[in-house]
Order: sequence, then structure tokens, then C-alpha cells
Amino acid sequence: MYAALWRILPGPLWVRLLTLVILVAVVVGALMTWVFPVVDGIVNPQDVTVSG
Amino acid sequence: MHARSSTGVEPAEAPDPAAAAAPDRRPRPSVVGVLGEILLTLGVVVLLFLAWQLWWNDAILAGSQTSAARDLSREWDASEPSSSSPPTAEPASPAAAAPDYGLPVVASAPDHLDVLGNLWVPRFGSDYVRTIAQGTSTDVLNSTRLGIGHYDDTQMPGEVGNFAIAAHRSAYGGGMHLIDQLQVGDPIVIETADGWYVYRFTNLEYVLASAVDVLAPVPQHPGATPGDRIITLTTCNPLYSTAERVAAYGVFESWQPRSAGPPAVVADIVAASGVQ
Repeated sequence: MYAALWRILPGPLWVRLLTLVILVAVVVGALMTWVFPVVDGIVNPQDVTVSG
Repeated sequence: MHARSSTGVEPAEAPDPAAAAAPDRRPRPSVVGVLGEILLTLGVVVLLFLAWQLWWNDAILAGSQTSAARDLSREWDASEPSSSSPPTAEPASPAAAAPDYGLPVVASAPDHLDVLGNLWVPRFGSDYVRTIAQGTSTDVLNSTRLGIGHYDDTQMPGEVGNFAIAAHRSAYGGGMHLIDQLQVGDPIVIETADGWYVYRFTNLEYVLASAVDVLAPVPQHPGATPGDRIITLTTCNPLYSTAERVAAYGVFESWQPRSAGPPAVVADIVAASGVQ
């Protein structure tokens, strides 16, 4: 999977690395902005109150 | 071994029939290999999620909740005509003995989600201030501007009985992250549109999540007739867990209207926060 991605990336080594870093940043940013808040509401009630 | 040679990292000395057969020299992706990469990726994503929840989102919410609380404080000052003009003049004036402002003003409980006051606790940090809103559901506790919830059916600040509030210990701004750092006598100050209510921390206890008696007008003595004005802070315990709850109690000490400015115990952190 990642080997295939590495082959698909064009250019010399440093261009590939730069592209990879940008790709990772975009994915992480998308996860933090949209995915995690939604997942958080579903899987993590984090109850802090006392209740009967 | 034979299949590995087709990767062609080093030139084969003898012509390899397998390499010759495959025009491109890439290894065929195996199902197990791809599955492994997906699982590794998911593992990294789970770790990222934890980092996001415990640090990133926590820090973002802590910042936005604090600035929302400061905005609120300024708003109240703006709507109070004779407020911040002599905030220091009055306490500095002759009789250093604290002036008596009478019995504390008790507001009526607001609607769900509506703001009732700000919480100032110097022990929680010199930049600590958070907004208290009515209700303890997640729309209050996980909010970007609220963060601290007032238990429905408990008393209001300054009222005889128990003013009980809840907040997260970790994540979502961690409004009561440092609850176990409180020391006997530490001020716990509630600021409302009416004035400032100073409570002094007395003790804390570790309880189960079902211990609703900590919310009783006389904590842990349901049915008893209250005579004191108590504040109860509840949050989860231990850190990063919801296995138990911790309840911190304080006893009412004094009250002063907004026109008298913030009480001495928080005057410096109120001034430092740029509110007054």
C-alpha cells in the first residue's frame, strides 16, 4: 500500500518527501477537524457528574 | 527466497528466470501485507485521536472557555454603571475591616444552558476563570464557551444549602483538572451579574458515581435542614478515568456587590486577566 504510494509519487527524493509530509498533514488535519469531533460524541460519554 | 530475488535490489549474477518473466521488478502486494499496513495505520489514528482528545482539543477548549468567561465578566461590568470606577478605593478606605454588605443576593436559577456566573479559583492557576451554566449535560460540559455545569435542583450561589457544580477533570478544557491540589482555606469565588461570592475550600472526598447525596443541601445528609451555605465541586476520578467521582466542598465566607469590585482574594488574578 505505502510502497505503491511511494512509487506513484513523482519527482526526486526531496520532492517525494515534501509531498508525503503535506499529504500526512492534510490527512491529520482533516481527522482533527471533522472526524474526531464526531467520533468523540459517539464513543466517549466521559460522564463527570454524580447521578442515581 | 526465490520470490525475494525478484525484488532485484542487487543485480543477479546468473539470469533469474523469475525476474526475467516479470517485466517490472516490484514485489506483488500480498493480502497480509496490505492488511498489516491498514492495521498499523488504524493504530496510529487511534493514538492520534487520544492525543487530540487529551491535549489538542483540551487546550483549544480551555482557551476558548477562558476567553468566553472573561468576555462575560466584562459584559457584566459594562452593564453595571457605577462599577469599576472605585474598585480599590473602597477597600483601601479607613476601616480596613471588610464592609458588611448584608445577606448575599440570591438569584433564581436560569434556564438550561443559560449562564449564571463565573468560577475563579486561584489554586487552579492565575489565568483560571470559567463560566458556569445551568445543567450538567454534555452541551454544557463539552461546550467551547461554558464548561462548568450547575446541577439542576441544587441551590444558587449565596443561598443556604448546596451550590453544586460539575466539570471535566481532563479533556474538554479540564475545568477541574487540579481539584486534588486544593488546600484547606483556598478561596473558591463565584462571580455573577449581582456580585462576588467567596467560599473557602474545606475538604474533598472520593465517592462513587452514584453518590448523589453529595448534592444534598447538607452534603451526605439528605433530608437534614441546611444552615450553612455550601459549594460542592464534582468531577471524575482518577485522572483520565471515570471510575469514581471526587467531591470538593467549600463553605461560604462573604459576599459583595459588583459595585464593590472583586474581593481581595481574587483581585490580582482578576486584574491580571484584563477583565477589570
